Amino acid sequence: MNTALSRSASTALLRPAGILVLLAIGVAYPLVFTNAVATNDAIYTLIFMTWAVAWNAFSGYSGYISLGHAVFFGSGAYFTGIATVDWGWTGSKVFWLLPLAGLLGGAIAVPVGLLALRVRRHTFVVITIAFFFIFQLLAYNLQSITGGTSGLLEPPAATIGYAVATYNNPFYYVAFGLAVGTIAIAWLIRRSRFGLQLRAIRDDEDRARSLGVHAMRVKLGAFVFSAVPVAMVGGLWWYYTTIVDPASGFDPLNDVAIALMAFLGGLGTVAGPVLGALVIEPTYLTFQQQASYWYWMAYGALFLIIILLLPRGVIPTATEQFGKWRARWRGRGVHAAASPAAISDRAEDLA
Amino acid sequence: MTADSAERQVDSVLLRIEAVSKAFGGVQALDRATIDVGRGAIAGLIGPNGSGKTTMFNVITGYARADSGQVFLDGRVITNSAPERVFGLGIGRTFQLTRIFPSMTVLENMLIAAQHKERSWNPLARAGGAAARRHAMELLDFTGISSHAQALAGTLSYGQRKLLELSYVLVADPQIILLDEPAGGVNPSLINTIAGKIRELNAAGKTFLIVEHNMDFVMGLCDPIMVLDYGTVIASGPPDQVRNDPKVLDAYLGTDEDEDEEASGAG
Repeated sequence: MNTALSRSASTALLRPAGILVLLAIGVAYPLVFTNAVATNDAIYTLIFMTWAVAWNAFSGYSGYISLGHAVFFGSGAYFTGIATVDWGWTGSKVFWLLPLAGLLGGAIAVPVGLLALRVRRHTFVVITIAFFFIFQLLAYNLQSITGGTSGLLEPPAATIGYAVATYNNPFYYVAFGLAVGTIAIAWLIRRSRFGLQLRAIRDDEDRARSLGVHAMRVKLGAFVFSAVPVAMVGGLWWYYTTIVDPASGFDPLNDVAIALMAFLGGLGTVAGPVLGALVIEPTYLTFQQQASYWYWMAYGALFLIIILLLPRGVIPTATEQFGKWRARWRGRGVHAAASPAAISDRAEDLA
Repeated sequence: MTADSAERQVDSVLLRIEAVSKAFGGVQALDRATIDVGRGAIAGLIGPNGSGKTTMFNVITGYARADSGQVFLDGRVITNSAPERVFGLGIGRTFQLTRIFPSMTVLENMLIAAQHKERSWNPLARAGGAAARRHAMELLDFTGISSHAQALAGTLSYGQRKLLELSYVLVADPQIILLDEPAGGVNPSLINTIAGKIRELNAAGKTFLIVEHNMDFVMGLCDPIMVLDYGTVIASGPPDQVRNDPKVLDAYLGTDEDEDEEASGAG
């Protein structure tokens, strides 16, 4: 048990130190990079990071791939938009609508989950897509509430009135706070009994039930949890752009991008969707700003290659390689051959 | 009653399946089948392929609904309860094709089986306290796979998976354990290990109901043995009695006409 001891000792020091450094970088970022493009890209990255982490806490942990979480994003966006206009709120006060947007997202997720989670695998994916289209069509057709095709539009200055030079900063810090909070909860879930139950459902739902896991309750709990941060960043996104229409609020490409982020970084891991969002969203924004189709095709090809070479995602593969390398290095120093236990030592972090 | 079975103190019926029928389309998988498993017994359930053994397990554990009939555990009706409820009431089961959680570690597999006992109001509380982990490691020691505790369960060999499945059914401390072909596809020395573990657990008070095709294993371990054929119990009793029962020989070797056909076909 030598390996276990030294491992816990090293991670006990390394992990909090690394997290503190990342948090400091996150807090300092808009103070260092004052350029509006840099903070704009960072806000989008944090919004999608929150979405990807929340989505992964349901889909990644449980194996139920949802392609309908844009339902919650769009609902949050429309809610904040409508409430702001109706109640005439301005400035930072509007951010207090975000928890309400989150509650709304969670409330919508209850009936959607109760219906969709009755089926598994491909059928579940199809049903989430069906729900997505129902909500997008509602946004198109409930014109008196949503504004129909033209959507909701508020002139930014009238609503917000922030100083131009630091206009992005409040949005940045709210997005940063939401991302950090969502990652923290996703991490807590991953190591909790709840997370263990979700991963058991992913591996073999029927077997999990025979061991006393209340599968429906657990799945629904994760589904509802994952909807809350997504609806909150939806609301934040509306307030940042101050425009939402059915095509942008309920955008199917967002659902695909989120899944791609989680798959790239490592489905079901805590760090995976964070890394995926950090790679994909800035790249996407850069290419979008250059409006070059060649870049787009290179971007697509790059992801094809990564998914083909690293089908489990970057984080699990890298962790495994690191574990093997460390076991070999240790084996040379201590024993003649690496013990199998030392290799499997890291396996706990992979799943 | 042999002296051996008397020693096992079969003092009351723990699990009773009463006149259970189950049809899949036109196939009558179970036809008014009745079996009793006494407390403290190692009961065997045998029968030709397709005679309804696994269907019986599925009906008991809530994976299939009985068309008619009742299942009793300790005198209490549990017919058609959901699998998680059946488990909570104290019936653990393994599957014919072992069903473990391959992308979780062996220890996490054990903790999943222990989780139903945790009564925490905080859903984010860490899985498996020190006591749960210690108990899990003790059971892995018992089945001899504790050195693999941190390995992914998917990397275990077939026999080790059987032992893991047995270990995590034990975590929950069920009253009765249903084993579906514990010796199937396992090498002979491991079969003896598994039989030894079952005897040890039985000596400590666990009741077993075992479906198995390996006759040496069943005859050496189980008493009583019940024989299913076309969904009906055709014989029940100690191994020697069942072994020599003409109805059982018929069921396994076919009727006289079948034998004639076989003989002419072979000739």
